[in-house]
Order: sequence, then structure tokens, then C-alpha cells
Amino acid sequence: MTAYDAIFWFFSLALLLCGVLVLISPNAVASGLYLVLSFFFLAGLYVLLEAFFLALIQILVYAGAIMVLFLFVIMLLDFRESRHWWRGNLLGWLGAPLAAGTLLTALLPILKRSGALAVAPEQWFEGTLENVMTPVFTRYLLPVEVTALILLAATIGGVVLGRKETKP
Amino acid sequence: MHLDGVIVEWLLVLVRVIALFVITFLIVPYTVMAERWVCAWIQDRVGPNRTGPFGIMQPWADALKLFLKEDIVPHHVRKVYYVIAPTLVFLPALLTMALMPWGSNLGPMSCVLADIGPGMLVVFAVSAFSVYGIVLAGWASNSKYPFLGGVRSAAQLISYEVCIGLSLVAIFMQTQTLNLTQTVLYQASHGWLVWQQPLAALLFLICMFAETNRAPFDFPEAEQELVSGYNIEYSSLKFGLFFLGEYANMMVASMLLVTLFFGGWSLPFAPFNAPAQVWWVGLAHVAIFIAKTACMLFVYIWVRWTVPRFRYDQLMGLGWKVLFPLALVNILITAVVLGLRGGA
Repeated sequence: MTAYDAIFWFFSLALLLCGVLVLISPNAVASGLYLVLSFFFLAGLYVLLEAFFLALIQILVYAGAIMVLFLFVIMLLDFRESRHWWRGNLLGWLGAPLAAGTLLTALLPILKRSGALAVAPEQWFEGTLENVMTPVFTRYLLPVEVTALILLAATIGGVVLGRKETKP
Repeated sequence: MHLDGVIVEWLLVLVRVIALFVITFLIVPYTVMAERWVCAWIQDRVGPNRTGPFGIMQPWADALKLFLKEDIVPHHVRKVYYVIAPTLVFLPALLTMALMPWGSNLGPMSCVLADIGPGMLVVFAVSAFSVYGIVLAGWASNSKYPFLGGVRSAAQLISYEVCIGLSLVAIFMQTQTLNLTQTVLYQASHGWLVWQQPLAALLFLICMFAETNRAPFDFPEAEQELVSGYNIEYSSLKFGLFFLGEYANMMVASMLLVTLFFGGWSLPFAPFNAPAQVWWVGLAHVAIFIAKTACMLFVYIWVRWTVPRFRYDQLMGLGWKVLFPLALVNILITAVVLGLRGGA
């Protein structure tokens, strides 16, 4: 096992562990913090794949901005601590693996056909800022702009729905 | 010998790491000291003058006092998060220090510890994390005032982070780089960016006040409203770490401002406007950088003791209705000017 492999397994196992902890921790804020931690390990995996820009953006946008907002909302809603995960009822214990298994068997053929499970090609490009962003501003400019427009529409929708009715 | 080269390289890294620690732990206590002196001067008082000549030993006496205090952990706190929160405030500041170009080069050694390509993005990513320390402290304390402080901090930082990013986009458009060293070199040859991008500099300065929770935006601790906000339940060294963290963040913010807008280690005339060829110019560059940082720290302290705190709605209004549109307009103006100049 090379050092590369060791680092890969460390990040992967830590990521999975954090993912499980997000699900089973009884406190919602703790769940959120585990999610932040898992983003770090994910960023580590990106760095191993030489996707440096993606790793930075992962931390900057998801861990640094979006999760702060999430935690803000979770704290304001003030959830009560949920029951411990092992105290679920029988239906939950049977249903969850069943649902996950069904989903996996349904998705596996599609994943196989798409080639996502195949080994990555040998020649790839380094994920630097220029390499990632040049296609975004040239070849994929229209899809990016359309996505921005959709997000804008969603934002305006949120503001309209959340607005208090004031008498004129 | 090849091995010798590797060892020398690692030794140079070690030297710079130690230098950074020493610089941080020397500047931070004396920033606290300077805060008390400048405050006293502005309020026409004498200020601390009893410990050592002119009171220069005061910060060490303060540190010793904090160190010897009993470390009280209230029984109602969430222990793990309560303990890691102060570290999380301090750690990002130290990490960012690794990216600061605090000089050109000393002999064969470059002064930047980690000269990463998109260094500015790393600075953003790391410094975005200081908010977790405060939010976590507020939540883990499990009591009302700290919680309010933490929530205020989260809302404030999210609002102003947007504006920081946008105010710097104009800079990046002009310098065509995200690297801090390259930004300094650009300014050494083209003149300081504060003259060319005054609006961006002003926006960045205001946002940095909000990011470091300094007056007039010190809502997370607002003594009159929240007693002392997120750090009420902390005592002894844990409290000291918050204190240290605030000033370390202030120092990093000042260094960023100097690097991005005030020419970093350069001065606009030879031989200081190019990377050092001789050792004394290298040393002078470090001195210039520290002097500029000290001036910025003075501005921080000066503002704190002369400008009253905003109201919370004013803070949000300023962030979203004034600074945010101004940053966008600044990007537009920069784009038009760069376009008219015939493509950068």
C-alpha cells in the first residue's frame, strides 16, 4: 500500500464515518457540524484527484458559507434532541435497509451502463482555476446563465412567499 | 549532495514556521497593549504605565493573570464543543498567516511559507472558519446571552462575506491573479491598488471590521446588550484564547489589507519596488510590511474608540443595501475601464 492509498483510505473512511454520524447523532446542531467535517474529508479526496479548485470551492462555499447558514437556521428552530438511533421501532429497522437495497439494485444497472463505475481514464487535466473556469465561461456559458436565472427566480419566489402582508 | 538540499529546504520551512509563530505571538499581545494606550490617549487618560518602563510589560502580566485564573467549566455546557470553540477562533488566523507575503526574500529564502497558486481563495476558505468558533461557543455555552451573540455573529458574517468576495473581484480582474505574492509584485510595478481601486479598498475595509467583530460592528459581544456575548461562560485560558483570537484575526485582516491594497512589502521607489537582491533590502521589506500592518492596526483601534456601535438593523441595511450594490457597481466600472483600455 502506497502513501497515496493510505491517505485515500483515511479520507474515505473518515468521510463515511462522518456521514454515519450525521445520521445518528441525536442533536441537530451536532449533525450539522459532522456534515462540515465530512466536507473537509471530501475536499481531501478532491485534492487527491488533483481537483484543487474544486476542493477549495467545496470548503469555501459549502463548509464556509452554506453550512453556516444551515446551522443558523437549525439553531433558531431549536429542535428538541431526538431519540437515540438504536431506539427506533421495528418498522424502521427493517424498512431502512429494504429501501436502501431497492434503490441500489435499481441504480446499479444505470451506473454500470453510464461508465461511472469504470476506472478513470489515464489522461486527465489538473483541476486548476483556469482549467475549470475556462469552459464555464466559454463552452457552457449559456447553461450557467440559465442556472443563474433559475436560482434568481427561486430567490424571488422565496422572498414573495416569506413576505409579511402589510396594509397599504 | 541531494540529501543536503532536502534537509536545508526543510530547515528553511521550519525557520519560517517558527518566525511566523514568533511574529504572531509578539504582535498580538502588543496590539492589545496598543489598544489600551490608544484608547487612553483618545479618552485623555494616562493608560497602563505601571508594569515595567512605560508599562511595556503589561501584556505579559495580563497573560500571566489569565493563565493563573481558575478554569471554570459550568455544568450546563456541552463540554466537547465548549472546549474546541476557542481553538476554532484562533486557528484560522494562524493558518492564514502561512499564506501572507510578509517580505520578498531573505537571501535564498522566500518569505511566504506557502506560496499557493490561488492563495486568496485559500485565505477566504480558511478565514470563513473563524465564524464556527464564535457560533459554536454561543451554542455550546447553552445559555441565552452567548447564544444570541453566536446567532448574531453567524448572520453578520454571512452578510459581509458576500461583499468581501465581490469587492475583491474587481482587484482580481485588474491584476489577473489570485496569488498574493503576484498581487504585491503587480503593485510594485503599477502603483498601489488603493489609488486605482479606492471603492474596493473602502468596501474591503468596512467588511473587515464586520468580519473581525470589531466596533462599530461588535454585535456578537456588545457589552451593553449581551453582557459580553459569546464568551460569557468562558474563563481563564479559554477566555484568553478568544481574546487572542480576536486580535490575531485583526492582525491578519490588516495584513490582507496591506497586501492587497497598500503594496505589501514594497515601497514605490527603488530599491524597494522589486524583490530584494541584497540582504538589507530583504530585511527592510519585512520592516516595511510590519510598519504598514501596524498603521492598519492603529486604524482599527482608532475607529473602535471614536465611532459608536450601529443598530443591528442598520448593520444589515448597510451590508445588503449599500455595500453589496456598490461592490457590484465597482465590478461593472472596472470591467468597462479594462475593456476600454483594450483588454487586460
